[in-house]
Amino acid sequence: MLPQIIFWLLAAGAIIASAMVVLPVGARNPLYGALSLVVSFFFVAGIFVLLLAHTMAVLQILVYAGAIMVLFIFVIMLLNLSPSELGEEKKTVAKGIGAAAALLIGAKLVTAVEASTKLPDPRPLSANFGTLDAIGDALFRDYLVPFELTGVLLLVAVIGAVILAKRSLS
Amino acid sequence: MTEVATEVAAQVIGAHAVPLGSYLIVGVILFTIGALGVLVRRNALTVLMSVEIMLNAVNLVFLAFARFHGGTQGHIVTFFVIAVAAAEAAVGLALCLGIFRHKRSVNIDEMSALRD
Repeated sequence: MLPQIIFWLLAAGAIIASAMVVLPVGARNPLYGALSLVVSFFFVAGIFVLLLAHTMAVLQILVYAGAIMVLFIFVIMLLNLSPSELGEEKKTVAKGIGAAAALLIGAKLVTAVEASTKLPDPRPLSANFGTLDAIGDALFRDYLVPFELTGVLLLVAVIGAVILAKRSLS
Repeated sequence: MTEVATEVAAQVIGAHAVPLGSYLIVGVILFTIGALGVLVRRNALTVLMSVEIMLNAVNLVFLAFARFHGGTQGHIVTFFVIAVAAAEAAVGLALCLGIFRHKRSVNIDEMSALRD
């Protein structure tokens, strides 16, 4: 029973904090949105721990809450947007259709998950499941080339970001 | 040492405690919230944050399947998704910064021209 309570507490926290990003509270003031996104990442990291994915939970907090959110908050404070610069949120027909489509897909997926009767039970896990040991072994043995390519991707992203953010290209 | 720790964690957390469906539903709800944000909000920063929510929801589903399948592949995919999300956020925010210098606005409805 206890695991279920912990799981649903974490899930409720993650959902409420994520909703705060999208709802007018967070959208009118991006800094509030960014901070509630950090909270959401922490709740989701808690769910990762319940899934015995300890390494990914740590990575999630280090990379998302530590690096990406700092970048977001840095840019938000650098821009220091006034309400007029944020642009007013008009209610248009296209937005209504978009929201309806998103909600429809979400509702359909939830009913599909609930209707499926063949969801598997947990298989027995190896002793080092989800540890840095197992992840590192797979990463540097079976997925070495994609891992190195990730390094190239990050290098290209850094160079691209610096060039894009520079005041003039000359 | 790690074996003992994992065993203790498995007992505390419970092997059959939370069914796979619950994880999937939470993933779907988070993904829907992110999709709503991308489709409804017109502030580029909020749209980028909504994309991060969607990526996070997909990570959750991958890890849930990895847990119930007993493989490492889900963790590897999650690792790469996190790396790609970092790259995407860096480039996206740099673009935001550049467009704001140019147009004094981050409203994506105004970003419709390919030239000045």
